Amino acid sequence: MNLNATLIGQTITFFLFLFICYKYIWPPIVEAMRERQKSIAEGLAAAERAEKNLAQAQDQVAAELAKAKEEAAGYIDQARTTAAKMVEEAKNDARSEGDRLKEAAQAEIDQEVNRAKETLRAQVAALSVAGAEQLLGASIDANAHAALLDKLAAEL
Amino acid sequence: MSGETSQEYIEHHLTNLTFGNHPDNGWGFAHSSAEAGEMGFWALNIDTMGWSIVLGLLFLWLFNKAAKTATSGVPSSFQNGIEMVVEFIDDTVGTIFSHNNPLIAPMALTIFVWVFFMNVMDLIPVDWIPMFASAIGISHMKVVPSTDPNITMSIALSIFGFILYYSVKHKGLGGFFAELAFHPFPKWLAPLNLFLEGVTLIAKPISLGLRLFGNMYAGEMIFILIAILFGAGLGWALLASGLQLVWALFHVLIIALQAFIFAVLTVVYMTQAHDVEDH
Repeated sequence: MNLNATLIGQTITFFLFLFICYKYIWPPIVEAMRERQKSIAEGLAAAERAEKNLAQAQDQVAAELAKAKEEAAGYIDQARTTAAKMVEEAKNDARSEGDRLKEAAQAEIDQEVNRAKETLRAQVAALSVAGAEQLLGASIDANAHAALLDKLAAEL
Repeated sequence: MSGETSQEYIEHHLTNLTFGNHPDNGWGFAHSSAEAGEMGFWALNIDTMGWSIVLGLLFLWLFNKAAKTATSGVPSSFQNGIEMVVEFIDDTVGTIFSHNNPLIAPMALTIFVWVFFMNVMDLIPVDWIPMFASAIGISHMKVVPSTDPNITMSIALSIFGFILYYSVKHKGLGGFFAELAFHPFPKWLAPLNLFLEGVTLIAKPISLGLRLFGNMYAGEMIFILIAILFGAGLGWALLASGLQLVWALFHVLIIALQAFIFAVLTVVYMTQAHDVEDH
């Protein structure tokens, strides 16, 4: 172990290495590390923020959904009552229409019956007259016996 | 270790490849540590220089690769590994060093990784590289640069230079002198204070450099001793395998710890140099 000029050579070498490390190696590595640290911190903060936003949005969605449900239930109720009312109305209308039609038909039937009766009555009167004529062997003056004929017709 | 005694073997392993001007043989490589000593100060340990520069370049290459591709996006696993080291050093420096000086953290990183790489060379079996070197005609090859006091002391003395520079820069010449002279005893005992604090100051680089050197030198020595056991018969070789494993596992701890201690103490000394106290 001799101390010799190696001492000086090594000192120069050390200073060279130190200078290169100080100038070219340390700064970019440390800078990249700091930058990454910053971006990771930012990323974590952003994630936290996003999570908070998501929770908020979810709350909002739930609230909106509840409101929409309530509204929909209201509409359905309303629709149901409206429908019931409309059915009721339709029923009433139908019933009254049916009644009316029935009445009209009845009236017509009555009219027809009366008319048939009238016709029959007239025919019977005519037949009766014809029968009576044959029985009496003489014609009956329609005018002279009009009152009698009418009376007969009324009785039929 | 064919044809040489254990002592020669150990000595061979602990001798650097020194290039210098020998008074008798002229310019050339030293053939023994005694010859290297006779070359005086102006000789160069080629193996120490070479390995430390190779390992330092490895450090720079690895970290520069990470620095070039460094993005704030998702890092590759390679970048992740490099950044783990950088963050470890950054955290350590952050907790110890509270002043604003952008040079301190890279300094700690350079020292930590470079010293760590140099220490790791200790785990390579002691004969591999020296035998390969002797096969291609290189007489001596000490592969663990941190077992050469030249390198540990050169880093420690550089740190000492930084201590002096930052002390004077932040405290002023007077303030630095006051710190040395007016502590821990009252001002009228300034010479005694100066002596005590002077010793403390000088002890910083010496202890810093010699601690690393001592630990690595001792570790290397034990690996060499274990290596000698391998040649002493089958029973000894089996024992040596066990010892080699145990010591290597334990040495992993020392390797990392010494590199870390060196880096942390550097930061501590830098902090002390930046701290301005009231007098």
